[in-house]
Parts: sequence; C-alpha cells; structure tokens
Amino acid sequence: MLETKKISDWHTINARKDKTPLSYKKLNSLIKESVNNGHKLIKLLDVCGQRFIGAGLECSEKDPIELEIHGVPGNDLGIFMDGPKIIVKGNAEDQIGNTMNSGTIIVEGDCRDVAGLSMRGGKIFVKGNAGYRIGIHMKEYQDQIPIIVIGGKAKEFFGEYMAGGILIALGLKYENSKISNFENFISPNLASGIHGGKIYIRGEVPENYLGIGTVKNTLSEEDHQILQPIIKEYCEIFNINQEFIWEKSFYKIIPGSHRPYAAYYTAKPI
Amino acid sequence: MKISFANMPERKDDKIFDACGIAGFLNIDGKLESGVKVKRMMSVLKDRENGLGGGYAVYGVWPNLQDLYCIQLLLDDLIAKNNVEEYLKTVVDIIKDEKCPVSNNISPAPIIWRYFIDVSPKMSNPDDFIVDVVMYINSEINGAFCLSSGKNMVVFKGNGWSADIADFYQIERYKGYLWLGHSRFPTNTPGWWGGAHPFNILDYSVVHNGEITSYGTNKRYLEMWGYKCRLLTDTEVVAYLFDLLTRKHRLSKLMACNIVAPPYYDEITRMTNGYQNIFKLLRVNYGSAMLNGPFSILVGCNRPVPSIIGLTDRKKLRPLIAGLSEDQNIVYISSEESAIKHVANGIERIWEPTAGVPVIAELGKGIISVGNQRNLLPMNFQGS
Repeated sequence: MLETKKISDWHTINARKDKTPLSYKKLNSLIKESVNNGHKLIKLLDVCGQRFIGAGLECSEKDPIELEIHGVPGNDLGIFMDGPKIIVKGNAEDQIGNTMNSGTIIVEGDCRDVAGLSMRGGKIFVKGNAGYRIGIHMKEYQDQIPIIVIGGKAKEFFGEYMAGGILIALGLKYENSKISNFENFISPNLASGIHGGKIYIRGEVPENYLGIGTVKNTLSEEDHQILQPIIKEYCEIFNINQEFIWEKSFYKIIPGSHRPYAAYYTAKPI
Repeated sequence: MKISFANMPERKDDKIFDACGIAGFLNIDGKLESGVKVKRMMSVLKDRENGLGGGYAVYGVWPNLQDLYCIQLLLDDLIAKNNVEEYLKTVVDIIKDEKCPVSNNISPAPIIWRYFIDVSPKMSNPDDFIVDVVMYINSEINGAFCLSSGKNMVVFKGNGWSADIADFYQIERYKGYLWLGHSRFPTNTPGWWGGAHPFNILDYSVVHNGEITSYGTNKRYLEMWGYKCRLLTDTEVVAYLFDLLTRKHRLSKLMACNIVAPPYYDEITRMTNGYQNIFKLLRVNYGSAMLNGPFSILVGCNRPVPSIIGLTDRKKLRPLIAGLSEDQNIVYISSEESAIKHVANGIERIWEPTAGVPVIAELGKGIISVGNQRNLLPMNFQGS
C-alpha cells in the first residue's frame, strides 16, 4: 500500500500573480496540486472572485483537509465538495456549497444569494447575514442531512422548494464586537414551496411572511435535541455565549404537504 | 460579403443561459478618474462574459464642451459617414467633429466618429429633437449607429471581450467622475457592435445583466411615445423608459425605479394608506412600463445632477452589490463584491441592496437611496 505523505504545516497559496488575480482554473489546480502533495492545511491569500474554489475536493473524516480563505472567494465556493472544511475570513459570494456532499463551510462575514443550493450533506455556518434563496432545493437521504445556519438576517425565499435538511436563522446582530438581536431578520415568502426538511427561526414569524405550503409550529422535545448540537457548534465556531441564543424561543416551519403546487399542475390536488 | 457593424446580424435559434457582468462607480466629489479603474473592475468579472460584447460609459468627460450634445457614431464606411454628416448639417450646427482614436487590436472594426453639436436656441425642446435625430440615424441611415448622444458623456462599446474593447477605444485616455462597465454574455440576440451595452439615449446609459421578458409590452408602450426600438435587444427599452419617466414625465429617479420595479400588490396592502394610494396609482398608470424578468441594472444619467442607479428585479434573480469607499467619496456598484474590493482603497461598507429597491448616488450629494427599504418617495409628495 502506498503511504500518503501528511504535512501538518500550513501551505500558503497566493491567489494573485503580479497583482492580477489568477484564473479560477489555475487557482484550483494549485489547490489540487497541494492536496496531492499531501498538504492538509492550505491557506489561500488575496483571493479575488475566483469561482469554484475547492470544487469536488474529497477527504475522509480521519484524514481531514482544511482550506482557509483570505479575500473574497467567488461564486460556487465548495461546489460538489466531499469532506473538507473551508473557512472564509470575510464575506463569500453567491452559491456557496452548491450541491456539496459533505464537509463544512464557515463564513466569518456575510454570504450572498442561493447559498447551499441543492446541498446533499455537510454543514454551512454563516456568522453574519445571508442573501436570497438560502437552501433552495436542498435535500436529504437517510443519514445525509445538510445543515445551514445563518447567524444574522436572511432575505426572501429562505428555504425555497426545500426538500430536506435543516435550515436555521438566528437573527443575531453583531456590532462593535457586541451581540444583540435584530428586530426583523426574516423576510416574506419564507420556505415557499417547501416539501421536505425543517426550518428553525429564532423568533416570531409573521403569518403573512409564510410562503406557499408551509406550517408553523412550536418546538417539540425532538426538535430541541436536533437543534442543541447545531447551536453548540455554531457558538463554538464563532465564540458566542450559547445562553444568549436560547434567550429567545424558536419556531419551526415544516411543509404542509409533499406537493405544495399540486393544484397548479394537476386537475385535482393529490 | 461585406460585414456591417451598424446592422444586427441575422438571428439564429441559439439561446444560452448565463450571466453578464456589470460594474460602475461615482466619485461624489466630482474627481475625474481615467478608464483604468473600471477596466480593472471588469477584469475580475471575466467569468461572466464570453467575448461577445463589452462596453463602457463615462460622464464628465468633456468639461470644455459640456453644453454641446456629443453624438458618437459607429459607421460601416465613409459613405455612411457622409450620409450622416449631410443629414446632421441640415438639422443642427456641428461645432466640432473628430475621429475617435482607436487601436488596431480588433479587426475588422467600424469607424468611430463623434460630433459635438448645438441646436438652434429657438428650439422649444432640444432634448426631444436630439432623440428624433438619433431615431432617424438609427432607423434611416444605413451603416450608421448612434452609440451615445448625451452632454458631457460618451459611450464606448463593441463586439469582443470587455478588456479588448477597453483597449480598442483606449479608455485610459478619458477621464470622468462616473464610469459604467459591462461584459456581455448574449442570450437571446447575437453578439454585435450595436447590441453591446451600455444602451444609451441622450445622457441615459444602461448596463444590464439578465433578461427583460416584458420587452414586447415595454416596446409597444414606448412606441406610443415616439421611441423606435430597433435593436431587438431587451436592454434598449430600459434606457428609453428612464428617459421617458424622468425627463419627459419629470418623475424623480426613485419614482421611476418604483415604476420599473414596483412592489407586489400584497406588499402594497401592507403599506400605510398614503403609500398604498401612490403605489396603486403608479401600478395602474405605468403598468406597461414595469420590467419583468430577471435583471440587475446600472443606470447613469446627467440630470438634474450626474447620478448612478443600481437596481435589481423584485425577486432578486440577478446579483448586485454596493460599496462605499473608506473616505465615503466613491460609491461602487457591481455584480460581485470582488470587483469592488479589487479596486477600492479601503471600504467603509459593503451591502446587498434589497430586491427591487434602488441604490442611488448623486454627484455632490452622495447616496440618496441606500436600497434597504421601499418607502423613499420624495418628501414633498404626500398621498392622501
């Protein structure tokens, strides 16, 4: 059996050459090369909009790979990723975790639209705010359950067409290293077209914000058991007092049926 | 076969779905900046284009000729140039004309020529007259196409990669306080010189990422007001709509944005009575001016003061990010945050505007709409 080299030091890749950002192809090939050389901790400096960072990167739980990103990673960060951990030391752009299978994406700033689209497994933790359509088409299968936690505000269509997994919005406001709660942090058309999975919102959800095919509930004991380890992980990652999170009660949004739009497409709803 | 730059090539049934890149900035204090910066912004958005169109608009570029209309033309040959010149001489005074200096990095390429023109002081509405002149040139003079027709501004655009178009027009030679840039990924119409962005009428220029599915409705509505939509390209209607709404109908830019991206009726029912009435009125009166389909646009204009507007569709189907520089003097708007951070020397804040709510910044005044909430009608406009 071939012995794989394991290098425990950080390997640094500069995403620019002579002040010009590298193309996404070049940057990704450098990452692949570094992984193939046995590096487990890879630091990307001065990233500027390069797409598909960490695309299809694989690793096992026993032999983890970690990518630390400085700068602004472009669209589709961690697309099809299977196992690694990506930490973004700032804001991310659109479509992070697109169809990712397993692993973790941590964003220490805000993320933009359509994060976690068609996600199949793994976790996304966003410290700050998120854009539109978070978790669209996310789905689960047996023990593959994708999880997205948005620390701050989430804009419209949160969990649109969601088919599985867990989506959480906390409404936390970070200002001058102080933490407080946003008054309004959730937007209309919440979970529009949801037909699987669960959404947990930390705070009251106005009835007219609920999208088509949704049901709002308070939390059961089982829900608490699902939530607790996730909240714990979020708080540990971003160094937040867990008690503060539990000061406000959560509401759960689940699908009212498996086919919320059945009446639109068939003569009789099923 | 002779190639025409001013005429759209025959359409093929080839739809591609992807995205364009847009970027722009305004120096609030009016400091003039060369085209290098906007070119650098566009360079980060390279994955959003496919080499079939790029373009730029610059404002504040002719400080010594700012009272004259600058008509910049794309010409197939000298015959077209002669025809345009003969026509212009009969209707306006040509104060100055010059060949736009271009590089030879794109070949074949059209002749680019610009005319600084004045209209008779007796003219009751010179702007309307210039619109008619532009419509006449575009529709009647073969081989000629009007790139831009505003005062103290000009548009550079063509078929190619946005970086090559910047080099072709040598945009580093020009200085302005407001720049718009566009890299095109054509979806419904072929890539050709006239179909590149920005689209312009007078000093209104629009760069657009997306698809205006209400094009037919908007086109028929605009035709009633004398606009000829000749390019079969959706973005054209946006430029004409902003001209119609803010210049002809004298509505504020905020009002115009609330017309092209109006609130949904269920959103209107949640508003206070006064606002409900205004928004219902706008929807009823200007239903045909509403833009449907996915879009994020940047609009540049000169009146009443030079301004930049950034706006997305109401469902937020295209990206738009705004940024304010550390010295609070430069407002950036772009498809991606990376394009802003690539050129900015320190950023005060970066934000994602709310869908359908405009970011508006004006020269000398700063940001007059942040784009957070749809409630910003002019203060003196009180609904009953």
